[in-house]
Amino acid sequence: MRVGVLALQGAFREHMATLARLGVEGREVRRADDLDGVQGLILPGGESTTIGMLMAEYGLEDALKQGSLPMFGTCAGMIVLAQEIVGSTQPRLGLMDMTVDRNHYGRQRESFETEVAVSGLEHQVRGVFIRAPVVTRTGPGVEILARHDGEIVVCSEGRCLASAFHPELTDDTQLHRLFLDRFVG
Amino acid sequence: MGAMKDRSQGEIHDVSEQGTFRVKAGLAEMLKGGVIMDVTTAEQAVIAERAGACAVMALERVPADIRAAGGVARMADPVKVKEIMAAVTIPVMAKVRIGHFVEAQILQALAVDYIDESEVLTPADDTHHIDKWPFTIPFVCGARNLGEALRRIAEGAAMIRTKGEPGTGNVVEAVRHQRLMQQEIRKTANTPEDELAVWAKELGAPLDLVKAVHDSGKLPVVNFAAGGISTPADAALMMQLGSDGIFVGSGVFKSQDPEATARAVVRATTHYQDAAVLAEVSEDLGEPMRGLEISQLLPADRMQDRSR
Repeated sequence: MRVGVLALQGAFREHMATLARLGVEGREVRRADDLDGVQGLILPGGESTTIGMLMAEYGLEDALKQGSLPMFGTCAGMIVLAQEIVGSTQPRLGLMDMTVDRNHYGRQRESFETEVAVSGLEHQVRGVFIRAPVVTRTGPGVEILARHDGEIVVCSEGRCLASAFHPELTDDTQLHRLFLDRFVG
Repeated sequence: MGAMKDRSQGEIHDVSEQGTFRVKAGLAEMLKGGVIMDVTTAEQAVIAERAGACAVMALERVPADIRAAGGVARMADPVKVKEIMAAVTIPVMAKVRIGHFVEAQILQALAVDYIDESEVLTPADDTHHIDKWPFTIPFVCGARNLGEALRRIAEGAAMIRTKGEPGTGNVVEAVRHQRLMQQEIRKTANTPEDELAVWAKELGAPLDLVKAVHDSGKLPVVNFAAGGISTPADAALMMQLGSDGIFVGSGVFKSQDPEATARAVVRATTHYQDAAVLAEVSEDLGEPMRGLEISQLLPADRMQDRSR
């Protein structure tokens, strides 16, 4: 199995390291032709405005919108997957029928880590929320997998999985395994 | 929200912590592969964000102008910092003088996203850096070598950048610092365990952090390049030398075409290994900032020597 990690900006190395720990070949994706032969794609945390903009160049946005690649977005990756972003017209893939609120908890001072119970995972995960978004609206096809303080922080729709926090910053591989087993297959 | 399927297992009220080292260092991880640009107005901040900057540094003056103005350079006016914070949605950093923990308390109260304890400003303490552990806001500090980087991390810095020589538009010092850092990291990784204590003493760094570098083969936090980067090629050079990302100070807004230069530096940082992209983005940018020859600087003008 070979899984791509969008490597335009952000914490792509951590996702590559997590994939390596799981014995999966990772590939850094910067241009459309890097997608050849990958069976899934991880959209890492980073700055969603930067990632969205760079994705529109070099043909990545079109290739990802037209294809049917399973995708797992964390933090900025979740924002990029959303159809609607509160108060923003920034470039996005819009593959999930949901609305996200960027920097929902506030600025870096309000960033935090906490325990999150995710449906389908055996153990709670340590959720590292860094200037994190939350999902404020979900369409009928969206399955909610975790909430924190009532807010939706992990969800999925079709071939896409999205998390508001950063599993790649911990040693916990449960969410990555969920993505590989249930979405990439 | 109507017909959605909700399989979440209810709310978990467990230990929630702010300002942990993982949360502080984690933001730096998210900035990796990106460009952080110095800005002095809300308009410049918007230009930087539209060009794809992953963060901005709010300043009263860019380093080249600080150099030209002389006198004591201090933290920016809070009004300026707040204007810039209101103008963009990307993280906003701001600088404090080395050792000036009250300026840092003020920036924390303003809720900037990162504090740069910076040699670009006039040091407030010639012996001690800020004890950065008690702060919720993370700090980035400059370093010329591994020992200096590890001393800053021991004080609580969650991100390191090379010092370079700010405001010169001359990349040679940043290159020197990054190469030395990488050499010393390699040496640390290859030093036998029973020689680490003496090596730590030579570096002037705490043994536990030297041990951590020995075991992992890398710095425990993100390491950006800063100080003299002014063209897309400079940015890609620093990335190829092993930097995690780029700070551009005077290089953008002292160039003839800041918007085009900003866009080009962002693309060069992402596609730093792709010479065809580098050639394309380097085209037709107009004059870069005018540079300074390092050997022409008086010792007192060398910002990198302001702290150890």
